[in-house]
Amino acid sequence: MSKRDSEARVPLFHLSKRASIEPWKAWLIRVAAVALGLIVCGLVAFLLIEKLQQKPEKIGEFYYTFIKGAFGTTRKFWRFLKNLAVLLCISLALTPAFRMRFWNIGGEGQTLIGVLSAIAVDFYLGGKIPEWILLILMLIAALAAGAAWGVIPALFRAKWGTNETLFTLMMNYVATYLVAYFLVIWVPSGSSSLGKLKNGKLPVIGNENVLIIIVVLLVTAALYIYLSYTKHGYEINVVGESVRTARYVGIKVNRVIIRTMILSGALCGLAGYLIAAGSDQTVTTTSAGGQGFTGILVAWLGKFNPLFMILTAALIQLLNQGANQISQDFGVNNALPNVIVGIILFFVIGCEFFINYEVHFRGHHPEKGAVK
Amino acid sequence: MNIWLNFLIDSLAFGATFIYGSTGEILTEKAGHLNLGIPGIMCMGGAGGCLILNLVGKSGLPPFLIVILGILGALVFSLLCGMIYSFLTVSLRANQNVTGLTLTTFGVGLSKVIVSKLDPTIYLVGPRKMYRWPFAARQDSLQLLGVLFFAAVIIALASSWILFHTKVGLHLRAVGENPGTADAVGINVTRYKYVATCVGSSIAGLGGFYYIIDYMASQEAYLSVEALGWLSIALVIFALWRPHMTIIGSTVFGILFSLGSYITNVSWIKVTMATTPLLKMLPYVVTILVLIVSSIRNKRENQPPASLGLSYFREER
Repeated sequence: MSKRDSEARVPLFHLSKRASIEPWKAWLIRVAAVALGLIVCGLVAFLLIEKLQQKPEKIGEFYYTFIKGAFGTTRKFWRFLKNLAVLLCISLALTPAFRMRFWNIGGEGQTLIGVLSAIAVDFYLGGKIPEWILLILMLIAALAAGAAWGVIPALFRAKWGTNETLFTLMMNYVATYLVAYFLVIWVPSGSSSLGKLKNGKLPVIGNENVLIIIVVLLVTAALYIYLSYTKHGYEINVVGESVRTARYVGIKVNRVIIRTMILSGALCGLAGYLIAAGSDQTVTTTSAGGQGFTGILVAWLGKFNPLFMILTAALIQLLNQGANQISQDFGVNNALPNVIVGIILFFVIGCEFFINYEVHFRGHHPEKGAVK
Repeated sequence: MNIWLNFLIDSLAFGATFIYGSTGEILTEKAGHLNLGIPGIMCMGGAGGCLILNLVGKSGLPPFLIVILGILGALVFSLLCGMIYSFLTVSLRANQNVTGLTLTTFGVGLSKVIVSKLDPTIYLVGPRKMYRWPFAARQDSLQLLGVLFFAAVIIALASSWILFHTKVGLHLRAVGENPGTADAVGINVTRYKYVATCVGSSIAGLGGFYYIIDYMASQEAYLSVEALGWLSIALVIFALWRPHMTIIGSTVFGILFSLGSYITNVSWIKVTMATTPLLKMLPYVVTILVLIVSSIRNKRENQPPASLGLSYFREER
């Protein structure tokens, strides 16, 4: 084969997996991706928002509103921190499951069933027993319900290999309609929602958000230690890397799966408790508000590392709240935050590729680029 | 006409939404990609169709052409979503669950922003009778069955035939079961994944369009497409990854979904308001049962494709 001939067969580019990448390079790529995403958001906003089309110079205000939405006033900032804490709690809950490659996309349902159980205890016992016992019972109910919702798919996965992604997904909707069912029973005919219950409210330290934030910070630290420095955490990692290796070294894989999913579900239940007793005092079919799904994205973006996840949760919450402010200020449909978060995430998801793989173009590295 | 026959036909017509959604999802899953973006794609398909209808609805074009343009709009929008998904998951090897969920977030949001700005008197009226071609003049529920309903059935049957009786289908299933082996026998894995995902997305997008414009024909319909998208993903399991089975499955789902509102008309069944949510929960419970039973029986042809959810990188074989 002549040299020319072989050169023509070299594809335009080929890919190889990077052995490693310097952290600063990886972060540069991520920041660039977010920046690129923000630019595209601006373009899309220009297409969707009439006020911007009339006055293109308002585009600066568009970006400024992101910051204003989250940090504009003290109240907004506290709300930002509280929502961040709840989102982080759900993401943390999903992390142990994801680390062992158990795709628990049922965080939404596990959280919702936690809210429902806590509110059920509150509804039936509120006012009849001392407040602190009520709060403890609500917590136990939420944890147990979340754990049950998580462990059911795990049992079937462990015993028969039932696909957990699809199973946990379906459990979300079972939970949603269960809430709808109880709402029909509880809500007196004529009114549209349950309304705030009088009892079962977490004690206020400073303001009502502080306790939630403290709890979630403790959970973050505890989970970090659990995953990184304990035998359980190690077993989870081995099962995630290779089930065969885990079996070979004598880890009881099924037991790890079930134990981890109880933990994962219970932590979702805790998030549900924080929503129920910490802020809402009521339940609706959207009490979890899609955060079970957003939590998956947060956990994945944070590389399943609890400390990183504080950052990624903050990013997503900032975008959410900022975009909410935009839809108010610019008079757009309140679904706009979803569009903006979606666009940014597309870029962040895509950029992981350039962190994990190297692209070699034809001609740049002749000795590397040649076909084997 | 008998109330129960009415009910059955109504469920059939409603179920066509699921036929589109799950046939699209099955094609994608058979290529090894679990596309959780289907709810978003269905919303975007609906939004695309409405947008085009809104643009050309009053232009004086012949109604026939307007219909075609509307369908094209749905196809193009959902195809674009499918391309985003397949670019990220096939070329950039991104995690499929994460990409799919993001696409759903994005698609549902964007469709709401778009459709809420349109004028329902333009995109809903116009050439609606054209969609109901054979039975348009009937007064009973038969008038719900139109061109797009029959198209759904034909698409499902054709997909089954392609999947299980042609070489292309055999290759596609091979890609979904074991892309490494498929690659080794010379099948272009990337191309199959791209085409299956994009075609699947377009079909699913038609489902959203059908539901908004044809079945419901109401200006609030676009808000409930997302829930139907998740049901379509459930239906894939119920149909055991066979497109022709979605025709039966979608009817069952349709019956369960609307049984609550029909039952109240029947005097000899005592129902309370609380029954409706439980009936609506049934499709999901049934799906879970099917998932469990099929995994216990462990017959190979009833399982999800073996490499479902895994990205393929040739050099990692």
